[in-house]
Amino acid sequence: MGRAESARRTNKGRLIVVEGIDGSGKSTQLHLLDKWLRSLGLNVFFTEWNSSDVVKEITSKGKKKALLTPTTFSLLHATDFADRYERNISPLLEAGYFVLADRYIYTALARDVVRGCTSMWVRKVYSFAAVPDIAFYFRVPPDVAMDRILEGRPKLKYYEAGMDLNLSNDEYESYRIFQARIVEQYESMVTKDRFAVIDGTLDIEEQQTLMRRHVSKLLALPKVRATIEVSRRQEGGHP
Amino acid sequence: MTQQVEAHPLRFYGDGISYLKRLESKGSLIVIEGPDGSGRSSQIDLITSHLEAAGHAVLTTGLKRSELIGAGILEAKHKLPLGKKTLALFYAADFADQLEHKIIPALHAGYVVLADRYIYTLMARSSVRGIPRSWSHDLFGFAVKPDLVFYLDVPPEELFHRVFQKYGSLDYYESGADMGLSDDLHESFILYQRGIAKEFKLMESKYGITRIDGGRGIPEVNQELQKRIDGYLRSSR
Repeated sequence: MGRAESARRTNKGRLIVVEGIDGSGKSTQLHLLDKWLRSLGLNVFFTEWNSSDVVKEITSKGKKKALLTPTTFSLLHATDFADRYERNISPLLEAGYFVLADRYIYTALARDVVRGCTSMWVRKVYSFAAVPDIAFYFRVPPDVAMDRILEGRPKLKYYEAGMDLNLSNDEYESYRIFQARIVEQYESMVTKDRFAVIDGTLDIEEQQTLMRRHVSKLLALPKVRATIEVSRRQEGGHP
Repeated sequence: MTQQVEAHPLRFYGDGISYLKRLESKGSLIVIEGPDGSGRSSQIDLITSHLEAAGHAVLTTGLKRSELIGAGILEAKHKLPLGKKTLALFYAADFADQLEHKIIPALHAGYVVLADRYIYTLMARSSVRGIPRSWSHDLFGFAVKPDLVFYLDVPPEELFHRVFQKYGSLDYYESGADMGLSDDLHESFILYQRGIAKEFKLMESKYGITRIDGGRGIPEVNQELQKRIDGYLRSSR
């Protein structure tokens, strides 16, 4: 689906998502973008992967048991996404918000396919999700990203390290192999899903400038400009 | 002792589960569908006894019974209302858990698996709530195709009386109370059950569902089911 179609589906709001492996710097960049859009007086909503309280409560038990099969794992994340989508993302796009998503359906596609689900099936499951206006992909060499994450030798969670895939008995080694496979999946989506690729090895400010340049094109749309004018006028009323 | 059925690869509705594709089934999957009050559990008890007496290893399974998230489903329903796609995916996750941890291993080991409801109830519930049928069909592309599927068909008015006699009240979701069909719970129940029955009728030929008149007494219904099941098990050996 092209941008034109996604614009029709979410004809008022704008959906901007960031994707990339852990340590690619995407969350930092989205945070800066969030601050910028708010400073322009826009209505912004931020949402994060795997963060629905309702679903978390029910799934945490299963995840602790470490016995989720790839299909179940995929469907639980789809449940989490659907809850956030039905509760927040969809209504807020309708209401004209800028919805910023730290990870979107491409995360599911990358991870679930690495775990053995077919990409066709995962795409069908998530077919209800609006196509983003911009999907930023933060490209970093896997080793760079992993060094950032593994610097402090953090305790890796079972599924986070891809331990369910039996890649290695060593969780850090497993994590490295798992992340490299996820990168392969992301790279296979770049053209098909029209990712706006950001070089994640650039300076933080440089990356942010590139992002804002992309997002400015969305701001030039008449409806959004009207929103900004209104908010400026309101701001002008204050001392 | 009766023989196990001939080993065959698992058959799926859609893409299937790629990492289980080469797994074989030496058992049979038999599904009993029907609304609450249609007599499913009575029939499953009778069929189980009969099959076990005939020497079959039988596993019964149902929706909402997964150790993983089964209990959570009920709690979540009452705390915060979940959206219809969220709920549909939730049930699908629970189903997937049971499919991979119980049903498929049992089929592989040669059990007759008696399923007290299957994906059809989940799809019917979603469809009456406005979720596209094609999406539900694709969602359950990982489901194993059963060997036999029966639908116990009971007129909604009769169901209403049976449910009241048995439980003394109506279930919130089974009467479609979340859908705002009617302020009157009886009317809501009838409308909802009619909608579900219509969905089953639409699914009949596509999914090979055999409709059984569940309005008769337990022994009559059982006789018909058992005859069909025995016939199938004889022919598949």
